[in-house]
Amino acid sequence: MDKGKAVIGSLGRRWAVDFSDNSTSRDILDPPGFSRASLDQDDSSLSRQKKDAESNWKAQKAWEVAQAPFKNLLMMGFMMWMAGSTVHLFSIGITFSALWQPISALQSVGKMFEPYKDSKVELLGPKLLFMALNLGGLALGVWKLNAMGLLPTHTSDWVSSLPPALEVEYSGGGLNFG
Amino acid sequence: MAIRVFLTLLLFLSLSNIVSSIYEDQVGLMDWHQQYIGKVKHAVFHTQKTGRKRVLVSTEENVVASLDLRHGEIFWRHVLGTNDVVDGLDIALGKYVITLSSGGSILRAWNLPDGQMVWESSLQGSKESKSILNVPKNLKADKDDLILVFGKGCLHAISGIDGEVLWRKDFAGESIEVTDIIQSTEVIYVAGFVGSSNFNVYLLNAETGEFLKNNHLVLPFRTSGELLSIPGDKFVVLDSARSKIVTINIKNGDINYNQKQISDLIEDSSGQAVILPSRLPGLFALKINSWVLLIKVTNEGELVVVHKIDNTAAFSNALSISEDQHVFACVQYEDNKVHLSVKDVNDWNSDLLKENLVIDHQRGNIEKIFINNYVRTDRSHGFRALMVMEDHSLLLVQQGEIVWSREDGLASVVDVTTSELPVEKEGVSVAKVEQNLFEWLKGHVLKLKGTLMIASPEDKVAIQKLRLRSSEKSKMTRDHNGFRKLLIVLTRAGKVFALHTGDGHVVWSIMSHTLRKSEECEHPVGLNIYQWQVPHHHALDENPSILVIGRCGPSLTAPTVLSFLDAYTGKELNSLSLAHTVARVIPLPYTDSTEQRLHLIIDINKHAYLYPKTPEAIEILKREFSNIYWYSVEADNGVIRGHALKSNCIHEVVDEYCFVFRDLWSIVFPSESEKIIATVSRKSNEVVHTQAKVMTDHDVMYKYISKNILFVANAAPKASGEIGTATPEEAWLVIYIIDTVTGRILHRMIHHGCQGPVHAVFSENWVVYHYFNLRAHRNEMSVIEVYDQSRADNKDIWKFVLGKHNLTSPISSYYRPEVSAKSQSYFFTHSVKAIEVTSTAKGITSKHLLIGTIGDQVLAIDKRFLDPRRTLNPSQAEKEEGIIPLSDSLPIISQSYITHSLKIEGLRGIVTVPAKLESTSLVFAYGVDLFFTQIAPSKTYDSLTEDFSYALLLLTIVALVAALFVTWVLSERKDLQEKWR
Repeated sequence: MDKGKAVIGSLGRRWAVDFSDNSTSRDILDPPGFSRASLDQDDSSLSRQKKDAESNWKAQKAWEVAQAPFKNLLMMGFMMWMAGSTVHLFSIGITFSALWQPISALQSVGKMFEPYKDSKVELLGPKLLFMALNLGGLALGVWKLNAMGLLPTHTSDWVSSLPPALEVEYSGGGLNFG
Repeated sequence: MAIRVFLTLLLFLSLSNIVSSIYEDQVGLMDWHQQYIGKVKHAVFHTQKTGRKRVLVSTEENVVASLDLRHGEIFWRHVLGTNDVVDGLDIALGKYVITLSSGGSILRAWNLPDGQMVWESSLQGSKESKSILNVPKNLKADKDDLILVFGKGCLHAISGIDGEVLWRKDFAGESIEVTDIIQSTEVIYVAGFVGSSNFNVYLLNAETGEFLKNNHLVLPFRTSGELLSIPGDKFVVLDSARSKIVTINIKNGDINYNQKQISDLIEDSSGQAVILPSRLPGLFALKINSWVLLIKVTNEGELVVVHKIDNTAAFSNALSISEDQHVFACVQYEDNKVHLSVKDVNDWNSDLLKENLVIDHQRGNIEKIFINNYVRTDRSHGFRALMVMEDHSLLLVQQGEIVWSREDGLASVVDVTTSELPVEKEGVSVAKVEQNLFEWLKGHVLKLKGTLMIASPEDKVAIQKLRLRSSEKSKMTRDHNGFRKLLIVLTRAGKVFALHTGDGHVVWSIMSHTLRKSEECEHPVGLNIYQWQVPHHHALDENPSILVIGRCGPSLTAPTVLSFLDAYTGKELNSLSLAHTVARVIPLPYTDSTEQRLHLIIDINKHAYLYPKTPEAIEILKREFSNIYWYSVEADNGVIRGHALKSNCIHEVVDEYCFVFRDLWSIVFPSESEKIIATVSRKSNEVVHTQAKVMTDHDVMYKYISKNILFVANAAPKASGEIGTATPEEAWLVIYIIDTVTGRILHRMIHHGCQGPVHAVFSENWVVYHYFNLRAHRNEMSVIEVYDQSRADNKDIWKFVLGKHNLTSPISSYYRPEVSAKSQSYFFTHSVKAIEVTSTAKGITSKHLLIGTIGDQVLAIDKRFLDPRRTLNPSQAEKEEGIIPLSDSLPIISQSYITHSLKIEGLRGIVTVPAKLESTSLVFAYGVDLFFTQIAPSKTYDSLTEDFSYALLLLTIVALVAALFVTWVLSERKDLQEKWR
């Protein structure tokens, strides 16, 4: 986001004089021979050009951001492979971070693409890609969980805490008191 | 998921924990051990020498012991086997303790100071008879001290020095019931009856054992047979109607007799007369009604009543304090006071000693008294008396004071239950318990030193002492972990004790007055103890109560007594003398609104009685009427029967608390091939965590968990005796697992060439039993696990996800289960006296088998060693699951003896109680000794260890906070400097 602002320029500088400012509330008079009307016309075509470039640039950046989780995905896959499939602190930590990252990223999709919000920029495509990649990451995490046997996908996971069934009848007894 | 993680964690913990042992300095922290001897039968004082004064005793628990006369501590003690009953005890040669045991067939000499056995003689004989030990004080044969022993129909003369049999005389052919042996310098008189009226005396040469003479006298009437010899040459006996006293004089081998009507001696002779077995010179004591007559027998055989004593409790034998002075002690009751008097045999008017004693009412009557004298500084005689009380405790009385007492009733515990302690009240502050803050701090600093290994040897001693007598341990309130409880034990004498699990001290003890010896109740015995009322969690201010069942005699027809006790205070709330007999008590799994448990008492006339007798209990019973069953095992007939309630009893008056019952089923074992030797069922209060067992490949086996199953072990009739009496071909064991509601045999298997005794424990869905394999000449243990096949097809995971399964819905035994059993056997080194299994609060923790070995120790074996799924080469996955490779015998790891170096002499039973902490199980083992400890089969995974240093933790936290603060200040300062730059 910061990067984007710096490139845009106007906010990155300490001070600036805007020559294209043509508001009427000026206390300095225009120099003689200066025609404001012609300048205005020229200026508007210039700014349109500029805006086009900007939106192009924004769209490009949005795609870049959308593709960023892919690298993450590869990284995560490598880490998981390194961690192995037994349950211990390291592998659990990695798996949980692999699950958490996509989830938090998915939660902040809107924020992520806010700087590139523009009436001319189509953000749906990048957003969808971003979400797909993150969901892929999530799937990877879940797959890892399953590989470690931490997902309740077997009957045994559901019955292991089943209490014994109650019995209708009761029977006591034994030997007589000797 | 969490459960899986937890279980995996548990698995890791348990894998690393095959041995659960303790360190040397942990001994006595959580365990305690108490030594007892039992009810004293014989006592001999040994006070002549200047050394340590002691009293030698033999007891009904077959213990021979030497006790310190000053404090009552045990100098040494030997526990003979259960069949080795001690018949006689005496001191020979002034240095040996002689005991005669096993029906007069084993004579042993023990060294007096240290109790080492000096010699042992086994005496042969052919027929059962009374056994008499006679250690003459002045008889010499070839300068050798003779010991005369009559046992198994033979008279033996044995050298006191090495136990050699010098001569023996067989009386088996003479059909005489020898009742007495009298020795004079050269002649030995052997007296007894042939039949009930033919009195015989044999005269033997004391040196050679030769027959000298045989005289006999036929009395014209029958006698009661209780012959008492009066030192000298006389005998007294009552006739069979107990109305005449017969005095028999055998002077010089001539026998003559006198008789006298009891009514001539006392006006009111309506009661039954009994000759008391106290041996007094020239005297005997006759008990009639509440009176005791002391009757002198003159030289002419005349009887003179010299003294009449009322309300007498006990007489001692005569004690000779000088050449011609013989004294005896007698105890009298007089309105709650006990009078002890010592009298001279020849001088009736004066008492040598008269003392008033205050004896705790809960100890009951005085049953036996033994006296001993000492010489005071002013040369007069002082006396000390050893008293055996009705509750089997032992008191030493001297100068009107109880010098020491021993609670030896605890040597004969018959049943155990537990009770929680009261909840801690608001008023009790911590400071009061911990003495003061300084002490507390000091203790923790010491502990910290220990942790940091900077403690000096003195500090270490102080730390150990601090740990051992931690006041926390024996507090009288409930603790968070549930380690502190009351062990409520019932002894054979009918006395109930509450022991604190922290240090084993007696919190209260009570002997119900209905279970005391009286006219109606001649031989009271304690039978069983049950939890009667356990208050609900919401009513913690109520006290729990306990039901004690006792009976007035050994037979089933004797009258029975119920007594209800308050578990906190030991007060008797109520007691009932039942009009019916008690053959069996069945605690039902139902409680009324006051949390009283319903009990069914079955009598011998096929009636069932409901207790408590309240309308509400009847309501509850009516509701569950058709679901109540019970079974009876008739071991003699080889039959097991199932019963159910039918209707109210039909008496003249309708008793709605009495029911008749019908027989539903019976299993009759073929008597020519099977004999019931053991039956075991599950404990009714056992908690099972899950019904499923997860296999390595995520497969599930459903355990067949039913409380209504019974394990029965039958032996071949020929092989039901001792090991070695049958050949392997004629020995076999047949094992049954029976459903006791329907009588269905769920599983049956045969062990060929094996025989009992069988000891078994049943828990969850498995049974472990111990027996002897005659072919292999080794003990063996087997395990059977029972699984329910009819549930096995519950495999659809979506059913579980949606909760659409019916695995937890109530089941009936009539729904036919398909049961499969897995079994495996292993050799085991020890013979076994008892088997138990650990029990925990939720049943999650893995289980250990507790085996009471023949060496009177308790060994803990992980249940995983007795797993039918063990194979020779388990796969990697199976190993991960904790399956141990199969071996032919169970390993005995010496660290897994939970009794460590101690022995529980005469071990009879083990009881396990869950603590509130899931990992821990409390174990109480009883026999002649008592032992208590806590064990954690999977280690204490749910709590910090006892020696965890809280001070260190606190210190670390304080240091961290301080460091945090300092670094924060420093960084603030640095920031400021940065900004000024």
